[in-house]
Amino acid sequence: MYKGLSMVGRYILLMKRTFSRPERMRMFFKSYVKEIEQLGVNSIGIVLLISFFIGAVITIQIKLNIESAWMPRWTVGYVTREILLLEFSSAIMCLILAGKVGSNIASEIGTMRVTQQIDALEIMGVNPASYLILPKITAMLTVIPALVVFSIVAGIVGAFATCWFGGIMTATDLEYGLQYGFVESFIWTGIVKSLFFAFIIASVSAFFGYSVEGGSTDVGKASTDSVVCSSVLILFADLILTKLIMG
Amino acid sequence: MIEIKNLDKSFGNKAVLKNINILFEDGKTNLIIGQSGSGKTVLMKCIVGLLEPTSGEILYDGVNFINLDKRAKKKLRIKMGMIFQSAALFDSMSVMENVMFPLNMFSNDTFRDKVKRAMFCLDRVNLLNARDKFPGEISGGMQKRVAIARAIALNPKYLFCDEPNSGLDPKTSLVIDKLIHDITVEYNMTTIINTHDMNSVMGIGDNILYIYEGNAEWTGTKDEIIQSENTLLNDFVFASDLFKKIKEYETKKVDY
Repeated sequence: MYKGLSMVGRYILLMKRTFSRPERMRMFFKSYVKEIEQLGVNSIGIVLLISFFIGAVITIQIKLNIESAWMPRWTVGYVTREILLLEFSSAIMCLILAGKVGSNIASEIGTMRVTQQIDALEIMGVNPASYLILPKITAMLTVIPALVVFSIVAGIVGAFATCWFGGIMTATDLEYGLQYGFVESFIWTGIVKSLFFAFIIASVSAFFGYSVEGGSTDVGKASTDSVVCSSVLILFADLILTKLIMG
Repeated sequence: MIEIKNLDKSFGNKAVLKNINILFEDGKTNLIIGQSGSGKTVLMKCIVGLLEPTSGEILYDGVNFINLDKRAKKKLRIKMGMIFQSAALFDSMSVMENVMFPLNMFSNDTFRDKVKRAMFCLDRVNLLNARDKFPGEISGGMQKRVAIARAIALNPKYLFCDEPNSGLDPKTSLVIDKLIHDITVEYNMTTIINTHDMNSVMGIGDNILYIYEGNAEWTGTKDEIIQSENTLLNDFVFASDLFKKIKEYETKKVDY
């Protein structure tokens, strides 16, 4: 209990140091653009790939398990859309990104800590928290909404692929279901939720990396801990946000 | 000039530094020596502000570093340069970018002037040809030299070196020692070096502090160390056969 509270306290103190004005805005923007590329652009491939296949699998599963003579033909498209918009493209995609991006952030900062690069920044008079963590958080907050949109699109393309190439149902029925009772705010719900998840992934992973003490084994442990902790926090935040937004 | 007054540092109940008093002078290479675990690194970390002492004063030209507010500490830190045991170069940046980093962060010079200064620093450590390489592509000795170039980029008043020769062969160690000593004299810096290397002690030890179990056991110069009759110091410095023979020879020379 004491250990947990102490960790929360250290996390808050680190965030306080992180959200201070960068020493040089030009250097901040340079890092920000670099992080967008490293954390966001480099994740587009995996997001598209996973979303495409999950979109296809959801469609097949719903077609096989839910559709019956008593259900309307648009059910498959409708349910696929709701799953993609409300949960998969925001929460589940962020869980996957917590593994990819979170471990990357924790190990990068952790390695900098054990090789004394963070101490070097500190002695130079640079605020290491602000210099290293702030660009990562802002970059994640910028790219995650775009990744959510890409994920939705790829998921829908995957769903259509099952019709075009698998022939499990007609594309017209799927399209009708995808458009049936469409609520635009569901897209915004996914995007708003993803912003919270982006903050969790970047800040929690950075905290674990920044707090590393020891050597390479500890960096590995911090990387694993960061993924576990951010995943749990994402699920917890998803529960609260879904209740708050959807009522 | 850096003066340490009545410095204590404890971790829980364990006292690591006990009442340290020492003056590190300008334009001289001040060495801190001692066995592993004696408190050298803790003392260095206290001096540069990475650790907060339990009590005592650290005076940078008469100003107590511990009592300074964040802004003043930051201002003072810009005047510090540090060379770490592991060189601590930023591995995502090239050699040139590493040296440019402090300039980009704190200098208001034009880009052209910053590049000129970085080139000058790299030239000073004979590494102009390696400017486009990354830290992973150069040897340990070269990494240390890049760290020196980065440390002097902003013309620091205080230079700190934590075991600059660790992991280097004797010849490269001499090059690094000479470089640090020359820079110290050239820019009249206050240089503090944490070392185990007895060649450094005998070569560039203008001022030496020997720490034993957290106490400042002995202070003096490289010439005085030979004549010293402090048993603890002699056990440490003259542990190797070579240094034992040097001491015997030097002592006999004086007796004659």
